[in-house]
Amino acid sequence: MHIDKDLVAASATPLVLAILTEGESYGYAILKRVRELSGGELEWTDGMLYPLLHRLLRLGYVTTEWRTPSGERRRRYYAITDDGRAALAEQQRQWMTVARTLGDAWRDAGWLPTAFGEA
Amino acid sequence: MGEVEPRIAEWRAYVEQAPAVDGHDVEELETHLRDQIAELTAAGLTADEAFLVAVKRMGDLDSLSREFAREHSGRLWKQLVLSGDDEPARAVGGWVEPLLFALGAAVTVQIVRLLAGVPDEPPAWLLRNLGLFVLPFLAGYFARRRQLGTGDLLRTAVPFVLAALVVNLYPFRRDSVTGLLVALHLPVVLWFAVSYPYMDTTVRSHERRMDFVRFTGEWLIYYALLALGGGVLMGLTAAILEPAGIDAERVLEWVLPSGAAGAVIVAAWLVESKQHVVENMAPVLTMLFTPLFALMLTVAAVTYVVSGLAGGFDRDLIGVFDALLVVVLGLVLYAMSARDPAQPAGPMDRVQLLAVAAALVLDVMVLGAMVARIGDLGVTPNRVAALGLNLVLLVNLAGAAWLSVRFLTGRATFPRLERWQTAYLPVFAVWAATVVVVLPPLFSFT
Repeated sequence: MHIDKDLVAASATPLVLAILTEGESYGYAILKRVRELSGGELEWTDGMLYPLLHRLLRLGYVTTEWRTPSGERRRRYYAITDDGRAALAEQQRQWMTVARTLGDAWRDAGWLPTAFGEA
Repeated sequence: MGEVEPRIAEWRAYVEQAPAVDGHDVEELETHLRDQIAELTAAGLTADEAFLVAVKRMGDLDSLSREFAREHSGRLWKQLVLSGDDEPARAVGGWVEPLLFALGAAVTVQIVRLLAGVPDEPPAWLLRNLGLFVLPFLAGYFARRRQLGTGDLLRTAVPFVLAALVVNLYPFRRDSVTGLLVALHLPVVLWFAVSYPYMDTTVRSHERRMDFVRFTGEWLIYYALLALGGGVLMGLTAAILEPAGIDAERVLEWVLPSGAAGAVIVAAWLVESKQHVVENMAPVLTMLFTPLFALMLTVAAVTYVVSGLAGGFDRDLIGVFDALLVVVLGLVLYAMSARDPAQPAGPMDRVQLLAVAAALVLDVMVLGAMVARIGDLGVTPNRVAALGLNLVLLVNLAGAAWLSVRFLTGRATFPRLERWQTAYLPVFAVWAATVVVVLPPLFSFT
């Protein structure tokens, strides 16, 4: 399934923030996790993750640090901040509302995909 | 995977050309590329194939660098002037246009001078309108450069028209103190009005506000340099003309006001077009002066605390402290605009915090003494203006100090500090506007 570009872009921030709540991580690992979570359905252009991470950094949602774990490459790790958690909670509320609204509208229209709209 | 190394190097060199992508970003992207190649080769692809897939997944570099540019406009604008021939950067513009605007300001000042009859002492109305003779040209220059539409042009003009009305319709008395305060504060208000065309009308954007702060700092540096050069030039001119029997003072009377007015626009043009020259200067200046100020302020604060304010405490002291806080705030902003937000806290941040803290201690003491004595000193326009400014600055610096403590202890990020300053900017504008609009009627134009 091809997911619309705008939808991918809109979900990027909450997705990255949610992944970072699992613990600090670096770009490549975050992207792998995105693929894993979406079963490969969400296709990101890899490079685009970095401007996004830098935006989150500027907004104070994440902090960053260069580190070299033993036997690995020097990498830039990102960790979520309290502001980031707050922003994620807010985004969650918004997405829930959107999902619920769509679910209701589709149910009324009588063509609801079964598993949808329970959230 | 020896054979892909040269290709990675080639890719890296290509990425490095993108103006908004800096060294750290390239390193980050390269690590990503290498991780991807390693995983793909582990899955059975040849190094060559893995390289191709990894590069493809990274995305095409044009849109990638555009995306970086959108996020890092601060970096990008440094690059505008260094644009290579393949990069269709915003045109910097020729020198004719700024020169015309500078000439406009210079001629206006000259006309006003003639209207005022070239007396020894400039009349009060001239002082009150001073900002209005020069800064509209600066706003006009930016409006031209940013190619604003008609609606935005009108919105740019609104504050200037309102200011002209207020300043000239208020019935100021002779030797009016509030009139003098207006003369001092109006240029500040109008400077903020210039920010509207400067920011291309996106005044809500915190990044663009930071750009404007940066612009202001760099403009000050250029203006000081121009003033120094102009001073030397005029001194020499006077020395040369004197023996020829020409009254040099008469000549300078003409040259000085026009030069000072024109330099406002020329300095702005220099900041816009020769950005990279001055942007190296701001960090050096902060590095030099932050420790010196920190030392001076700490010594002063300790002396005050130990000996008290009893001695030469006079009523003008609050003005001195306003100036001091403005300078400290200037240092903080300079340091902020020159800093890479992603850098962790360093010793310079501590020194700066020391300077701010010492200034705060000093100021609170003076302010306390001042407020305690306001009863016998009486409420005058001057004191209201000075105290108000002091409070506005105090709150700003206290907030900055609090956030920088949190930053140094790792509980806040640097962008949080930046946001505090950019969000606070309107407060300065509002206060200056209050002094211009509200204070004169409050004290019945005396």
